[in-house]
Amino acid sequence: MADDRDRDGTEIAVAEFHKKIKEAFEVFDHESNNTVDVREVGTIIRSLGCCPSEGELHDLIAEVEEEEPTGYIRFEKFLPVMTEVLLERRYRPIPEDILLRAFEVLDPAKRGFLSKDELIKYMTEEGEPFSQEEMEEMLSAAIDPESNSVLYKDYITMMVIDEN
Amino acid sequence: MNSPNLEDMGCGTSSATKDKKSEKALKAALVIQNWYRGYRARLKTRQRYALTIFQSIEYADEQGQLQLSNFFSFMLENYTHVQEKEPGLVTRLFGSSIQDKDRQDYLELIEIPDSYCGPRLQFPLTFTDIDLLIEAFKQQQILHAYYVLEVLFETKKVLQQMPNFTHTNTSPSKEITICGDLHGKLDDLFLIFYKNGLPSVTNPYVFNGDFVDRGKNSMEILMILFVSFLVYPNDLHLNRGNHEDFMMNMRYGFTKEILHKYKMRSVLMPPIPMDGDRAEKKNKLGTTTVAQGIRTSGSFSEQLTKQEWEQVIDILWSDPRGKRGCYPNTNRGGGCYFGPDITSKILNKYQLKILVRSHECKPEGYEICHDGKVITVFSASNYYEEGSNRGAYIRMSSGTTPRFFQYQITKATCLRPLYQRVNAIESSAIRMLKERMISRKTDLIRAFQLQDRNKSGKLSMGQWAFSMENVLGLNLPWRSLSSHLVTTDKDGNIDYMSGFQDVHIQKPVKEVQSTLIETVYRYRSDLQIIFNIIDSDHSGLISMEEFRSMWKLFKSHYSVHIDDSQFDELAERMDLNKDGSIDFNEFLKAFYVVHKFDQLTKSDTKLA
Repeated sequence: MADDRDRDGTEIAVAEFHKKIKEAFEVFDHESNNTVDVREVGTIIRSLGCCPSEGELHDLIAEVEEEEPTGYIRFEKFLPVMTEVLLERRYRPIPEDILLRAFEVLDPAKRGFLSKDELIKYMTEEGEPFSQEEMEEMLSAAIDPESNSVLYKDYITMMVIDEN
Repeated sequence: MNSPNLEDMGCGTSSATKDKKSEKALKAALVIQNWYRGYRARLKTRQRYALTIFQSIEYADEQGQLQLSNFFSFMLENYTHVQEKEPGLVTRLFGSSIQDKDRQDYLELIEIPDSYCGPRLQFPLTFTDIDLLIEAFKQQQILHAYYVLEVLFETKKVLQQMPNFTHTNTSPSKEITICGDLHGKLDDLFLIFYKNGLPSVTNPYVFNGDFVDRGKNSMEILMILFVSFLVYPNDLHLNRGNHEDFMMNMRYGFTKEILHKYKMRSVLMPPIPMDGDRAEKKNKLGTTTVAQGIRTSGSFSEQLTKQEWEQVIDILWSDPRGKRGCYPNTNRGGGCYFGPDITSKILNKYQLKILVRSHECKPEGYEICHDGKVITVFSASNYYEEGSNRGAYIRMSSGTTPRFFQYQITKATCLRPLYQRVNAIESSAIRMLKERMISRKTDLIRAFQLQDRNKSGKLSMGQWAFSMENVLGLNLPWRSLSSHLVTTDKDGNIDYMSGFQDVHIQKPVKEVQSTLIETVYRYRSDLQIIFNIIDSDHSGLISMEEFRSMWKLFKSHYSVHIDDSQFDELAERMDLNKDGSIDFNEFLKAFYVVHKFDQLTKSDTKLA
């Protein structure tokens, strides 16, 4: 009995995931032909609440691409892969406190801020570096114009509020 | 992850600490980058959703517009029948009060006062007049009606002599620039001229229609384009868009702009030729005849046959899509969707390489589809809302690849951060959507209740989304939008009445039924257009008789089930009867949506 109910529960969950994934996909399907540009797949996956790293994203794309990459991803290939990702709750988003600690690691002197240059240096030289566009966009919201630095605690709070 | 302990290996503590430190920094950077990319993607998606909302609603309105056109066609076709029942009304509607006067007759009616300090054009026009106009419009001056009329008559004269298709030659040293919809956004046109230079013999342009409506400078754009055309008739090409139509103008703002700036009604839209058949491309087509044929007098409006009119709609309203074949454009309610196979077939048949068209707003200002054979170019940035989209133009010549140039007008000197821009357009889109919901409240509740068997007031996400899509006729990502529209409980079920909580239509009179209020609110744009057409002397007043007759005809065509007596009662109680006439603007203005958390209450900014 419990198995049946579990199965029903999973089936319903899968059905709902399918609809959510379809919605997210369709918004980027400009020609309404069930394909999206491969460059938008990252955005779609992230819009569904997942936070893969660039490396993980690269692997996911490899899974949904055609044998001979066409530059487009078809919905039929995307759906099953993405459903698994959601069911397995993979690539969970970073909690607020971990994010704060990450900033604090980069600010060992505990000043409560990062200078603009410091942030640029870390974001464009370390880890999975930002593109120029990504860097500029982050700066436009993160920089406190008076001090010309990133008051990271305030910044995080602001972004979290905005998302909710 | 097991990293060797470098201290144990005796490699010296300082480098080990440094490695550990940089490893921590690397991890920290990864965390921040990962988080930021997720956040940024969600912002972009929200922006895209907002755009989808704007676009869906726009297309649904276009359906309404075509329905209104059908209404007039229906009346025309049943002219005699209607004439018998409501003779006065029909004369007002179809009896043209505009005899096709001579150009001189019109010009004689107008005097330019000495006090006029706006631009003065000199015929025959030269490039100095183009400069003059641009400078004047930059200072927000208004061109005097006398000159407007001169330009219009002159343009009409020249256009009437031109064929439906125009051919031009280009070369690498003489590229041509193609612009899409401008929709009255003068700043965009100024920006294009600034970046790309003014039109001239060596700098030819094609403007792909939709010069007017929605933006607030339709008139100025039209004047600049027409004057440029008159100065360079072989190098400035104008194609017609679906907004070059007097009924669209009534709904989408051009008529209102003219009334506001010039306090008179019909600006005679001269015939605009179809297309420009370039050495390697084909542009959107138009026709040489004007409106739909309601004004039946005069030489300039030869009535189109029904079939011809349908062809025009097909040309001006269709959109390319990925699915093969040709099928009705259900989004807009007119024209068709055409697939890549159709494009290939037509281009091959006429030995053309590319189709450049407009008509659809694109986030980046342009989009290429159908294997590179169809390009959509759209030149009105921030079309729906500030931050909604970029504008673009194309430079090309035979033998070279087209080059795209993008831009976006911004009011502030520096661009606001992305999240602020997204917030702004998102709130605007959600607001429009809520107004839509409230205008269909009765139908929505009925649909919800049908599914709510045990009358719990709750529905599953799937059920709610289904009803919303069905009743509103909008193909939107309802699941993703639900958090903005309704409250959801912890089981994921939706309290469907919560969607109507913080919005309501102001009741002009307490005693009248909500359904009537809702219906008038929902059709307010159509009613405004109809009333404007009846009001041939532009007084803003129509008789109570005509008001009632109009309502009855409207009701039957739109299958609206409201008692006539209710409507009468409403008009009476609103006390708009001034000597047996109704001020219909006052009447319609009284129906507006109140958003609970607003300071101001009037939200009808898009009323034509």
